[in-house]
Amino acid sequence: MKYAILMLSVALLSVAHGWAMPEQAVLDAEARRIAVMDEAKDSVLAIFPANGQGGGSGVVISPDGYALSNFHVVLPCGKAMQCGMADGKVYDAVVVGIDPTGDVALIKLFGRDDFPHAELADSDRVRVGDRVFAMGNPFLLATDFQPTVTYGIISGSHRYQFPAGTLLEYADCLQTDASINPGNSGGPLFDAEGRLIGINGRASFEKRGRVNVGAAYAISINQIKNFLGVLRSGRIVDHATLGARVGSDADGRAAVTEILETSDAYRRGLRYDDEIISFGGRPIATPNELKNVLGILPKGWRVPLRFRRDGRRYNILVRLTGVHGEKELLEKMGRRRRPTAPMPLPKPGEKPKKPSPGKDANPSAKSQRPPTIPIPEIVKKHFSEKRGYANHYFNTLNQQRVWNAWKAQSNLDGAWTLVGPLKSGGEFQFQVTDAGASLKLPAIEHHWTVGDELGDSLLPADSGGLLPALYLGRRLAVEGLGRFGDVYYYGTAPLVGHEGLVDVLVGSHRGVDCRFYFDPREGHLLAMEMFPDEELDPCEVYFSDFHGADGGFLPSRMEVRHGDELFAVFPIREFRGKKKGGNAP
Amino acid sequence: MKRAARKMRLLPKALAAFSGSGSHLPDPGSHALRGNPLVPALCVVSSDAERRGRCVPTRSMGMRGSTCFLLFSLLFASTPAVASISEVIDQTQPKMVKIYGAGGFRGMEAYQSGVLVSPNGDVLTAFSHVLDTDYITVVSADGRKFEAKLVGADPRLEVAVLKIDAAGLPFFNLEKAVDAEAGTRVLAFSNLFDVAIGSEPFSVQKGTVSVVSRLEARRGVFKTPYRGPVYVLDMTTNNPGAAGGALVTSRGDLAGILGKELRNALNNTWLNYAVPIEEIRRSVEEIQAGKFVAQRDSDDAKPRRSLDPASLGIVLIPDVLERTPPYVDHVRPGSPAEVLGVRPDDLIVLSGDRLIQSCKALAADLEYVDYEDEVRLTVLRGSELLEFTLKSDGERDTLKKRTP
Repeated sequence: MKYAILMLSVALLSVAHGWAMPEQAVLDAEARRIAVMDEAKDSVLAIFPANGQGGGSGVVISPDGYALSNFHVVLPCGKAMQCGMADGKVYDAVVVGIDPTGDVALIKLFGRDDFPHAELADSDRVRVGDRVFAMGNPFLLATDFQPTVTYGIISGSHRYQFPAGTLLEYADCLQTDASINPGNSGGPLFDAEGRLIGINGRASFEKRGRVNVGAAYAISINQIKNFLGVLRSGRIVDHATLGARVGSDADGRAAVTEILETSDAYRRGLRYDDEIISFGGRPIATPNELKNVLGILPKGWRVPLRFRRDGRRYNILVRLTGVHGEKELLEKMGRRRRPTAPMPLPKPGEKPKKPSPGKDANPSAKSQRPPTIPIPEIVKKHFSEKRGYANHYFNTLNQQRVWNAWKAQSNLDGAWTLVGPLKSGGEFQFQVTDAGASLKLPAIEHHWTVGDELGDSLLPADSGGLLPALYLGRRLAVEGLGRFGDVYYYGTAPLVGHEGLVDVLVGSHRGVDCRFYFDPREGHLLAMEMFPDEELDPCEVYFSDFHGADGGFLPSRMEVRHGDELFAVFPIREFRGKKKGGNAP
Repeated sequence: MKRAARKMRLLPKALAAFSGSGSHLPDPGSHALRGNPLVPALCVVSSDAERRGRCVPTRSMGMRGSTCFLLFSLLFASTPAVASISEVIDQTQPKMVKIYGAGGFRGMEAYQSGVLVSPNGDVLTAFSHVLDTDYITVVSADGRKFEAKLVGADPRLEVAVLKIDAAGLPFFNLEKAVDAEAGTRVLAFSNLFDVAIGSEPFSVQKGTVSVVSRLEARRGVFKTPYRGPVYVLDMTTNNPGAAGGALVTSRGDLAGILGKELRNALNNTWLNYAVPIEEIRRSVEEIQAGKFVAQRDSDDAKPRRSLDPASLGIVLIPDVLERTPPYVDHVRPGSPAEVLGVRPDDLIVLSGDRLIQSCKALAADLEYVDYEDEVRLTVLRGSELLEFTLKSDGERDTLKKRTP
């Protein structure tokens, strides 16, 4: 009996306990949500053009003030914009890089080195049903720059939205039922922990006017991570294409229906009717899935592709070309109508003359907006114009950063001599000077001298042009950015055998393009590729096993590849590049 | 008892998980807090118990206490595991289908949503222009394409049943559908805007039933023949392509079917609503059973002399299409149709209980009606369905009128 009483009282007490707890738990969770939102709001931007007409949203992603928004928000701003933050202050900002196809823009704020910034999440881990919240400046309500919060769930992920007009393709995007309205464009979509999972930019609008109808789309942050490096280059960046079209065949497989013979995919062996199994590390079952992966990759990346033919699987690495020609992209941008998404503010469908709700809600909004002002000095200092660039200043900045880091840890100003043992016995010796390059082997010597056309003799045979490649590598080291030829900073890209993304400089000298890959931390030259012609496979030279030496940190291994073949591996015993009173400046 | 106590300890955790963050959350308003009949019971009993908790030692083992306690144990033992939002979503997605048919321009999209309601490929959807074709395609959640047949439709409830040649697909059992009430947390599944193609999952939206109300179809305000109760929702569910989508509770039970888009002509607002399963279940079952809008048996004998529209005084619009909608072009003066009030531009939708989708279909149907018999035609006029019982005036017989 006693036992029973005891158990009963325990049970009743637990119930009483359980009765009180849920409320507390709910309150706690609510308090946590409020705290998360309170912290998240600090990184959110209300973006206005300098003249104060229109605007959108954005989010800061680094303490030094780099921030993300939509291309269609930044476009009407031109080079300079003003960003209001939740602290009530307005910061000047300059455009850095734009991705018109992906509808992304990178801007940089000035005035602090400790900007509150959002943490980037892994948007591939987002699941349908996850709670999310959007922040931004819908209808430009936030005259005090306190962002508006809307709350919802992920309604769909890996959505593909066809290009609106000629640009603005939303691939692999997130769909949410959190309200996204005009003015939210460019603002962040946060997960329940307040981490950045996407940039809101598009919604399904229909006959109900330009207001939310429960289906809005955010560019996934993983797509933006791919593009962040190239956006920092200050360029107008383009998306990638495979050079092949894929459709679903009778069995529903994603099969190649068309392929360009000049494409790298074709040269690597992809043919009509091959079934694509995976691309960029993601399994592919439908044409839309391929479009989704392709849509999140920048032009110029090299990506693994797996395909099946007659039951056999093949793995290849494919260089991706651009969706648009360079001119085409610029023309399309110019042709674009005035951006529609952030502004004008929506009007009730049947009363187009009525003042917009934003103005209704806050009649003083207009007078509080910054008036037309001249470009601020700080923006002028961080902006330079060049065709094909959103802001060439940032390209120069990054060229110098990469080149200086390389030069700081290696002294390669003189003639280059690379000596090492051969497996077959004897030694190899490369000599690279201003006049050309040579390779001395026990049985044979190759001499290559600078002729009229760099791409004419690609010695040694089957290497794709190792000697001219080395000549160009040395030329970059010796002549520097200004005198090599035409050099630009591409951004970041993956490199075979290297984890993470690496910095890429592209140089063009006498009609030959060269890509130089640098370790973003150490500054080493990791690899170079020389393209004697854009429709030919390049000569690929990979440097590794860096060690401290007389001339700084130099590689002790050089691997040369061409097409699908390994040409040779050279173990470098001695790499002399030190200036011996030579003629290089 | 230990088990019960352990469950109690777990409870706060489970509830904490409800309310806000983390990735695989159950709905905060899901049944443990609201809507579940078990919970009000728990609340009442436990507050009761809280009071009594203090007097347990003196009252010793009162019968009420022990019953109470047993009740708790039973309650907890029988409470099914709380399904998280993502579990409900994962369970619901495979029961959904995408439907493609007639249409294809703005305002008349050629797609909508549907739910599987039998293991044999019966699809419940909204009766709309999309189904007005011989070529209806249904795409199952795994991306397979099926040719679908229109089994039947109830134009008054705006529901239709399609059949696809498939077996073993997951489905909603209409018998197990539940009622929702104001405050019930719900998820809406649909292929709004045709965002998803092939095997891509349906869009999911989360919201609450705002009110259960009759669809006051005041003439000219909302154009719909359906006037029964609807779940009015606080989320924008009724978009192009969403009609026929599923409204499920946070436990994953089917509660309703998303209705067609409805615009209030007076104030240009749109209504977001779902039709309760309860309202349509009988009709759907009859359609499935072949009782409703039944196809004629082929061995039905045609009468020697049969009716035709003209003998009723009805002249249809010229039959120029494969499926010309049977609109009344004009009504012969003095004819039974005119006397009873059939008007030009009326759309004939039913002959008896049979769905009529074209001029040819009406003519064919009337071939089975003896010219001396009366026929009951249902017409759509604006947003109203009207019934007329007509008889040929060949003999100038007396006419009857049945009010709708």
